[in-house]
Amino acid sequence: MTRRLVPARLGPADVLRVGAAGLRTRPTRVFLSALGIAIGIATMIAVIGISSSSREQLLRQLDRLGTNMLTVSAGHTLFGDTSQLPTGAVAMVKRIGPVSTAAATGTVDATVRRTNLIPKAVTGGIAVQAATTDLLTALEGSVTKGTWLNAATERQPAVVLGSVAAKRLGVDRTGVRVWIGNRWFTVIGVLGPMPLAPEIERSALVGFPVAAERLGFDGHPTTIYERSAEESVEAVRSVLPRTVNPENPEEVEVSRPSDALAARAAAAGAFTNLLLGLGGVALLVGGVGVANTMVISVLERRKEIGLRRSLGATRGQVRIQFLTESLLLSALGGVAGSVLGALATVGYALSQGWPPVVPPWAIAGAVGATLVVGTVAGLYPAMRAARLSPTVALAT
Amino acid sequence: MSGRIDERPALRDGSPDTPDGPYVVELRDVTKMYGGRVQALRGVNLAIGAGELVAIVGPSGSGKSTMLHMIGTLDRPSGGTVRIAGHDVAGLSDRELSALRARHLGFVFQKFHLSPGTSALDNVADGLLYAGVPLRVRRERAAAALERVGLGHRLGHRPEQMSGGEQQRVAVARAVAGDPPLLLADEPTGNLDSAAGAEVLRVLRDLHAAGTTIAVITHDMEIAEWCPRRVRVRDGRIVNDEGSGHRPPAEITIGARE
Repeated sequence: MTRRLVPARLGPADVLRVGAAGLRTRPTRVFLSALGIAIGIATMIAVIGISSSSREQLLRQLDRLGTNMLTVSAGHTLFGDTSQLPTGAVAMVKRIGPVSTAAATGTVDATVRRTNLIPKAVTGGIAVQAATTDLLTALEGSVTKGTWLNAATERQPAVVLGSVAAKRLGVDRTGVRVWIGNRWFTVIGVLGPMPLAPEIERSALVGFPVAAERLGFDGHPTTIYERSAEESVEAVRSVLPRTVNPENPEEVEVSRPSDALAARAAAAGAFTNLLLGLGGVALLVGGVGVANTMVISVLERRKEIGLRRSLGATRGQVRIQFLTESLLLSALGGVAGSVLGALATVGYALSQGWPPVVPPWAIAGAVGATLVVGTVAGLYPAMRAARLSPTVALAT
Repeated sequence: MSGRIDERPALRDGSPDTPDGPYVVELRDVTKMYGGRVQALRGVNLAIGAGELVAIVGPSGSGKSTMLHMIGTLDRPSGGTVRIAGHDVAGLSDRELSALRARHLGFVFQKFHLSPGTSALDNVADGLLYAGVPLRVRRERAAAALERVGLGHRLGHRPEQMSGGEQQRVAVARAVAGDPPLLLADEPTGNLDSAAGAEVLRVLRDLHAAGTTIAVITHDMEIAEWCPRRVRVRDGRIVNDEGSGHRPPAEITIGARE
């Protein structure tokens, strides 16, 4: 007897060559069935990418603004009346060890108008507030025009406008006068945006002394802004009420403005689950398309399968050929989809002014999903191809 | 009506163990049933020695295609023994049969079965894919095989750029690129005009002269007469087996103009 018969193994390069041969001759069909997969993958990548970009934007903003600021504001008394913070509250807060800066604003019972000819009721939603001179430091804010209040100007009829307030009053330069209470104040500065303190954006800020002297301000702060070392924020938070108002600590409200931004960042991914599911459905439909293409391909290529069997291909080699073809088909869709999804993410993020972020795990997930889809879609057609009798090549 | 009884045993010169062997093809009492009712082969005995050129000839429905399936190990017999290149087909798994086809058999089909859009060289090279030959060697041998069939100048041509005769010669080159002990040609001239058919027969003649064992399955009496040994099949039996397969074939008269 001659030597044992053992079929030759195909190397990976030959497996790829054979698998790709079937695709090369049918470009239109390959394009259309890969398109289904591409749409699914692109949707998923874009959904993940856009929500990641939006979260990244919020996180960067948080990073820039810092999460070490707490605000203290007057709450309500036991009977529901609005309470007041003691006049010495700011000084007390500054005495807490880890606190680096503390500043206060106090609501002034006055309105700001462009001129005295505008009726009193037309306030434009702008509050007039007294501010301590270190408020800008505490908020880490900046002036876009002019200057902030200083020890001299806080005693003068000078006002610094929040960014929104300036826009609503139609003030775009310093030196103009606005009507506050019953007299003219000169605008000496306009503030930039304050994401952590949007109420400041809508305020006209004057010094504590001038407010007390000319606008009947009682000297009680309404809100205290303080910053401390990052690691002791919680400790500071727990002692703040007693420090600010030892007699009635329960009438003091402490909040952390950055929590709102952090919550938004956390929520940025939540609504995407539905869209992700939609992408999943598209991917599934794409997979069915690939399976369909493969079944038709096997039916059409009975002759080729028979020929390969007569050339000595084993059932396993025929199975691998069609499985490879299916995998290549969906991998093609997966790659195209990933590129499209990434482009959509970059395009949308740039249009929103966000940093474009496509997480590597999303790409890895897309590749994994494509391989799974390609395998599942190709399994049945490949088995059918392998089961064909070698005699089909001879049938005429 | 009684069919002709095959008086002369087709398996000539005794058992394959005689010094005349080894045979490339041995069929002993081979029967084949389809669906348990249709009897395609009714006890066929045939031996083909190395280097023979044999025509298996018969009208459609005679069982010659089934014989091709048996000899080509594309199907298994219902009864009897099929030995190809010394291997008993009954004892081989599907994987082993595939390996047998890859190393010992070359097929030429009536409809060529070339891959469109692929060069003649790669079409021939792919014939060696399942024999475990590296790509570079496949291409070298393919070029040599194409040279043998007289197409050394057309390596880069695609099937659709070639005539029918040339395409069939590419198919012959694919079948013989691995130097198989047996070349099976199923109606090799069936789709060709007589001039192109003569081209292909000339290639077969040259291969035979170089020592390749060739079995041509055909219903065409002219082709059959051309072969030095003729095995006539009818109703699933061998009714006549004449001539010596070792002699050179007749002059090619068909399409002799050229």
